[in-house]
Amino acid sequence: MNILTLLVVIPVLTIIAILFTKDLKGARMASAVGMGIQLITTAVLLFMYLGARKTGDMHEMLFTADYTWFKSLNIHYFIGVDGIAVAMLCLTSIVVFAGIFASWEMEYLSREFFISLILLATGVYGFFISLDLFTMFLFYEVAVIPMYLLIGIWGSGPKESSAMKLTLMLMGGSALLMVGIFGIYYNSAPDGGPLTFNILEIAKIQMPVEAQRFFFPFTFVGFGILGALFPFHTWSPDGHASAPTAVSMLHAGVLMKLGGYGCFRVAMFLMPQAAQEMAWIFIILTTISVVYGAFGAIWQKDLKFINAYSSVSHCGLVIFALLMMNQTAMDGAILQMISHGLMTALFFALIGMIYGRTHTRNVTEMGGLMKVIPFLAVVYMIAGFASLGLPGLSGFVAEMTVFVGAFQHTDMFHRVVTVIVASSIVITAVYILRVVGMMLLGPIKDKHHEHLEDAKWFEKLSTVTLVLAVAAIGIAPLWLSDIILSSLKPIVDKLAMVIPF
Amino acid sequence: MNLGQFILMRHELLLTLAAVAILIAEVATSEKNKARVIPFALGLFALVTIIGFIPGQEGTLFGGSYQSSQLTMFMKNILNMAVLIIFLQAEGWLRKEENLDKISEYFILTISTLIGMNFMISAGDFLIFYIGLETATIPIAGLAAFDKYKSQSAEAGIKLILSSALSSGVLLFGLSLLYGATGSIYFVDIATKIQPNALIALGFIFFVSGMGFKISLVPFHFWTADVYEGAPINVTSYLSVVSKGAAAFIFTIILFTVFKNIVDMWQPLIYTLAVFTMTLANLFALRQNNIKRFLAFSSIAQAGFILLGVLGVGELGMTSVVYFVLVYVFTNLGAFGVVAAIHNASGVETISGYNGLYKTNPKLSLLMTLALFSLAGIPPVAGFFGKFFLFTAAAGSGYYILVLIAVLNATISLYYYLKVVKAMFIDQNDQPIPTFRSSNAMRIALVMCVAGVFIIGFASGIFEYIRNISQLFLN
Repeated sequence: MNILTLLVVIPVLTIIAILFTKDLKGARMASAVGMGIQLITTAVLLFMYLGARKTGDMHEMLFTADYTWFKSLNIHYFIGVDGIAVAMLCLTSIVVFAGIFASWEMEYLSREFFISLILLATGVYGFFISLDLFTMFLFYEVAVIPMYLLIGIWGSGPKESSAMKLTLMLMGGSALLMVGIFGIYYNSAPDGGPLTFNILEIAKIQMPVEAQRFFFPFTFVGFGILGALFPFHTWSPDGHASAPTAVSMLHAGVLMKLGGYGCFRVAMFLMPQAAQEMAWIFIILTTISVVYGAFGAIWQKDLKFINAYSSVSHCGLVIFALLMMNQTAMDGAILQMISHGLMTALFFALIGMIYGRTHTRNVTEMGGLMKVIPFLAVVYMIAGFASLGLPGLSGFVAEMTVFVGAFQHTDMFHRVVTVIVASSIVITAVYILRVVGMMLLGPIKDKHHEHLEDAKWFEKLSTVTLVLAVAAIGIAPLWLSDIILSSLKPIVDKLAMVIPF
Repeated sequence: MNLGQFILMRHELLLTLAAVAILIAEVATSEKNKARVIPFALGLFALVTIIGFIPGQEGTLFGGSYQSSQLTMFMKNILNMAVLIIFLQAEGWLRKEENLDKISEYFILTISTLIGMNFMISAGDFLIFYIGLETATIPIAGLAAFDKYKSQSAEAGIKLILSSALSSGVLLFGLSLLYGATGSIYFVDIATKIQPNALIALGFIFFVSGMGFKISLVPFHFWTADVYEGAPINVTSYLSVVSKGAAAFIFTIILFTVFKNIVDMWQPLIYTLAVFTMTLANLFALRQNNIKRFLAFSSIAQAGFILLGVLGVGELGMTSVVYFVLVYVFTNLGAFGVVAAIHNASGVETISGYNGLYKTNPKLSLLMTLALFSLAGIPPVAGFFGKFFLFTAAAGSGYYILVLIAVLNATISLYYYLKVVKAMFIDQNDQPIPTFRSSNAMRIALVMCVAGVFIIGFASGIFEYIRNISQLFLN
């Protein structure tokens, strides 16, 4: 069996295995084993990919498999990966693995919880391996819908309304996306011949410019909503704040990346002219996202809200960098996706663990936690430093690449927005250091917090996995960057073929 | 013409035989053993359904008044399957004390309407079509008033017969105008002689209005919610699935064959109807608390989606409509099955009554969730594929804005479907519906629905088969 298909089959088998378990212990064991195997499979995939590239296999996509599904509509189950997809799959595996251990003590309806969580992951894996728009869209929706139950049943606070808001906004996004996909499909053969959903085939032809102008906004905004594009980001703070720990991790860490990934793999890759023409609109929107998200985070007192707004800011940076449309900036965008995915998952995991001990997420009510739970506090600081872009951690590498790439544009407009966006680094430092100072340092504010228990083994496993990944990218970014750069070439070439405005 | 040719009508003949056999069985059983008619009727109908799947010949009878093709046979088989599932679901309800003396009526009336629908599907002229329509309509009123001692049920019967009579009248008037304009009632003749002029337009509008009642399109939908609420659940599911599905088939067939030369004239009309039907039905569904009324409005909205397939004129349009109805049969009967099972066991009919259902009846809750997700068009269940292809057909005709409206409506519909999911999974309840075990027949029916909902989507062969027979039919 194709190794990529395996990535979808393993989670499905895991779900079936969980069905046969009886209680929390069985369910979490099955999930941990299943997702452990998944992590190993992804690592194998990574090495296979590197090996294949080393031997000079220069195909755009590797490990492809193609099965005809609906013949008359030319719908295929067509899968394959390039370096970017492999990187995203690695990210997904790490976050899901950490997520399972972060929800190790999920007592309430535990089997259902793990099933929904892994179903969500299945959708994400399927999305990243798909090269057929139909299959891609199918997996995209599979990934979105379990969120409702995950937040609605296991969430906290105003969970029902947050869950509903999140689901409806994301489905609204997929409504736009669906129109975009139909548009692409019916314009996929302008010179006659069979219509196709195959991304690689469509990339070879040039869609009529009129059609591009009409359908690009649908597709881009459709994906953009999941990528928290301003002003469609409002589902994100509420949703993330109400979601249980592992779901916040997975959603902010991985699911929001589906949006960014779709933006360039589908919208920009297939409709380059329109992308060039309309980029300025979305650049302005993402600039607002970045700065507004960072400012929003300053005013929040709830840890999860702080992190959710920070995600809006960082995901805005991803789309911003993509729209710069040169190789360096897009490389930075993808590094930022992975970096943000890892550290935001780490943040949410830690917030969940701290909340489980202090029973509050309000920053002003906590203090001096460094003295009582040193392990969690130190890891929180590492995550914070990664987030504000300290050299040696992943955030620095990603943001640096983005800004270097963005500054390659010499015109006034791009220079100005780049400077504005770069200022967000300072604002990020403000809210990160503020939290660290108030919550971790200083005297202990609450007497109940004097005797807290530090991280247990599964919590350590969960966080250390993520910290290692963050550090690995920070210390040795080049191997990852190389994988991404070589795969970006066809996309950048396609975008460069049209004259910039 | 020799008698052997009548084999072309085997679906109708078999159903007639089945109805007569059930009548004889009713007479032959003693007063005490009336319940024995139920397994007999179920077995018999299962046999009829299976025989229907044996490949048959194509051809016409009575000089073109009756036509049989692969596509019409497939449509009839879909309806047969749907009715079989409904019969299985009705078993527990029929065994109740108050229904023991009218078991055979339920079967015979249902089969009679089914015969009418089969004739409509196979009609080659407007006379057979109209006779079929009346045969299909009048017994349903009797079914709606089945719980005659309940005033709501009696009211439903009266409402149905009055609005049906009116709609039939309107439809007949439209047909007479068409006859006046073209001088023929045969589909083939009308199709060649039809011109886009004012008289035809008027006749067509009346025809669509009449059919609109049957499919319950907005603004002809006002009877739907009341009748669905008043009628017994197993009749409601028949109305919502079989009756509507058959009407959608016939509507599509006639639009694609008889009116194919005036496509430009009827597309704007259908477009408008689709927008209003989807949007208004969704808005009404948002505020329902009675689960039957809720499903009524949801099924009106689904009819609006079907119109999108109709707008994708041609092979793909026909395929997507037939495929969607096939999916819809299993999906909606899954939902109705759960509603019926719960009603039989506890009498609960409100959405808030479903609070906390997952704790006591996890399997039924999961099944309901599956059915609702399929209705909302969420993958990987079949509803997603059904909707996707309907929208593909509409987009193929260039109606991108309509597709956008439809998908946004699907999002709105997700809101109210999720409300039911929320009631079952999230909301707490001090006195949830107690745990119960439904009858074996019901369980078989529900398993069939689940299997259908999962298989039809992934098995692309079904879609390709429908596409092939649609192609044969339209050319």
